Amino acid sequence: MNLRKANAALLTALILPAFAAPAAHAERLVTSLSTHRVLISSNFTGTSLVLFASIEESDAPRDKPKKYDVAITVRGPATTFVTRKKERILGLWVNYGSRRYPETPSYLAVLTNRPPTEFGPLALQTKYKLGLSIAALPPVISNDDEFGEALLRVKKAEGLFHEQTNAVTFLTPTLFRATLPIPGVAPTGPYEIDVQVFANGALAAQQSTAIEVVKTGFEADVAHLARDSRLDYGLGVAFLAIVVGTLAGLIFRRS
Amino acid sequence: MSIYLPIAELPVNILLIFGLGIAVGFISGMFGVGGGFLMTPMLILVGIPPSVAVASVPSHMAASSLTGTISYWRKKLVDSGLGLVLLSGGLLGTAAGVWVFSLLRRAGQLDLIINLSYIVLLSIVGTLMIVESIRALWRSMHGQQAVLRRPGTHSWFHGLPLKFRFRQSRIYVSAIPVTAIGFGVGFLGALMGIGGGFLLIPALIYLMRVPTAVSVGTSLFLTLFTMLAATVLHAVENRSVDIVLAFTLMVGGVIGAQSGARAGQAVRAEQLRFLLGLLVVAVAIRVGGDLLTKPAELFSVISSEAAK
Repeated sequence: MNLRKANAALLTALILPAFAAPAAHAERLVTSLSTHRVLISSNFTGTSLVLFASIEESDAPRDKPKKYDVAITVRGPATTFVTRKKERILGLWVNYGSRRYPETPSYLAVLTNRPPTEFGPLALQTKYKLGLSIAALPPVISNDDEFGEALLRVKKAEGLFHEQTNAVTFLTPTLFRATLPIPGVAPTGPYEIDVQVFANGALAAQQSTAIEVVKTGFEADVAHLARDSRLDYGLGVAFLAIVVGTLAGLIFRRS
Repeated sequence: MSIYLPIAELPVNILLIFGLGIAVGFISGMFGVGGGFLMTPMLILVGIPPSVAVASVPSHMAASSLTGTISYWRKKLVDSGLGLVLLSGGLLGTAAGVWVFSLLRRAGQLDLIINLSYIVLLSIVGTLMIVESIRALWRSMHGQQAVLRRPGTHSWFHGLPLKFRFRQSRIYVSAIPVTAIGFGVGFLGALMGIGGGFLLIPALIYLMRVPTAVSVGTSLFLTLFTMLAATVLHAVENRSVDIVLAFTLMVGGVIGAQSGARAGQAVRAEQLRFLLGLLVVAVAIRVGGDLLTKPAELFSVISSEAAK
């Protein structure tokens, strides 16, 4: 249910401006990403993608050039997080309360050219999910939710939630560049990238794209075996243990 | 030097993991314990997801205990007959432990039960071992004969039927209490996610009157089989055995276990029991300290897929 609602909301957000485009804004966004596939091999410790984008203005009067703001949101595959809180009961610190966060991005990066609070009114930030906490947590949860704050804090410390308010650099007033970090701990799967451009406190243009984070070579083969041939894989690891143990026994006998 | 773990899905410092393997392998070989009660928490501390840590550690324990078994076997310090009888009870106990484990997990306080049983069991077993070994050391320092094995004394279970002579252990007892010990160790091991060597060795030494070195060798022999079974079970049930992590731990583990086994055979039996007692109590204090002190971060976040 939640998924459908979120999807519906997302669709509305995406489609409405598109329909209204000819009248509402005269900008078009052209983006280019350095790659659409992040390949994980044995030496993978994280990487970064470079995004270039150009704001194509229509032939509107140029007497005063607009100042644009940009928000780039990168969302990893959705998951359900459970936040648990420890409390002291009979002198022992034990897990007591917990809260579930369904349909939360497993990886989330919000990159902007300046703090989203400066983009425009609060309503704008809420509507377009500008900023880490708004993008991560469902709207029904209020800001003073300590479980939600803990979720943001823990995930930021793990490097899975990332917010940077100076990550988008304008090369010319209509051309910008951003570096999207993909850390080593990033989960595999499809990632959505939403690029939103604002002018005068309103959405001017937007563009969505996607990348995929996949294992390759040996890493992909192992993951495939572990998932599809569980018994063979388990016997294989057990056999490996016997080989390593026996070899060590033989080698150390000499010395 | 970083390497990406294909199942854990994150890069780790391979030298750190290798070093952990050596360190825990040394302890494993020296005392004949699997070392899971040390290794699993350390891997979680390094950032490995708990499900992957719990599932990958048994293969490391299998490799270390195999090389330890070989070393003890050559010195005829493994009682395979006793080991097999223990194993029959151990497998039943493991099945029962896995069942209770899932019951407790549904009740929602598995962590607390595990931690509390750790503290209670470890502190009792550890304290008993320390007290006994200090007495034994005291006696030997004053030139008295150690009287751990009293040929004339018999416990109640010596009257039970199904008696077997376990040659290496120099005992003649019924298979019933041996199977019961195997069951208990298997049950608690599965419940607490450990091999159970630190429970089995004291049980063999103090209840069955098996010589310390043979207890260690036989415990390694039993750990080998239970951990091989656990590896296959985890691969089939949880799909979270990481072969790269396992292999790194294994290679470090066998190197450590070899030197550990030598160190273990070099020290006197009472000293070995004293050191194992200290180690067990130290772990109990560590777990107890975690429960009693306020954690720096009160909140923890898990992905509910990982919790399944």
